[in-house]
Amino acid sequence: MTLEILYFAWLRERVGLPRETVTTEAATVDELVRELSAREERYALAFSDLSAVRVALDQDLADFDASLAGVREVAFFPPMTGG
Amino acid sequence: MDIRVQEAAFDYGAECARFADGRSGIGAVVTFCGVVRNDGGSLQAMEIEHYPGMTERALRQIAEEAGKRWALADCLIIHRYGRLTPGERIMMVATASAHRADAFAAADFLMDYLKSRAPFWKKESTADGSEWVAAKSADEAALARWSRRA
Repeated sequence: MTLEILYFAWLRERVGLPRETVTTEAATVDELVRELSAREERYALAFSDLSAVRVALDQDLADFDASLAGVREVAFFPPMTGG
Repeated sequence: MDIRVQEAAFDYGAECARFADGRSGIGAVVTFCGVVRNDGGSLQAMEIEHYPGMTERALRQIAEEAGKRWALADCLIIHRYGRLTPGERIMMVATASAHRADAFAAADFLMDYLKSRAPFWKKESTADGSEWVAAKSADEAALARWSRRA
């Protein structure tokens, strides 16, 4: 499965990329996070405190135990501060 | 319903007038404008990042939800991104309804939801450097008062 992964705000800065294409067999967001964190230190640092990270699947907010089946775009970002 | 996400400044007076003009059957228009606040006087700039695509989608969902809860004739949301300086207008909402209670409540609801459910992030720059603004627990708590009424 090929996923487009997007990072915003301080997650983008810590990972060092705004987006990337990843080939993965991860079934859930949790599995994807573990896979990315195992890759390199910068990912492990970005995902070190998941209570400060939000995830959207195909532009809808989701939980970390959500399935990635059929998903094309995953975005990671901190809690939103609009308004 | 009119939703705009843009880098350019908007003319608040003209937007309010255009929103209110030419309507019959309504008795109330409520408008709100958010401004870059210079807390402590040291803010040089505020950078607003957003998630193109999801931002418009989230704002539309929030506006649609407001339309289900209150009798709105119309609503407008404009939110800027990019680099802003203290005193600049960041965003505005406007609601139109037959009576003021619905227009006020819907505008309040739109503000609460777009603060913590629309994908915008603020970074503040001062002479000491720049820092991402942390979400406030009060903003999350503000959403709870709407779920009790749902």
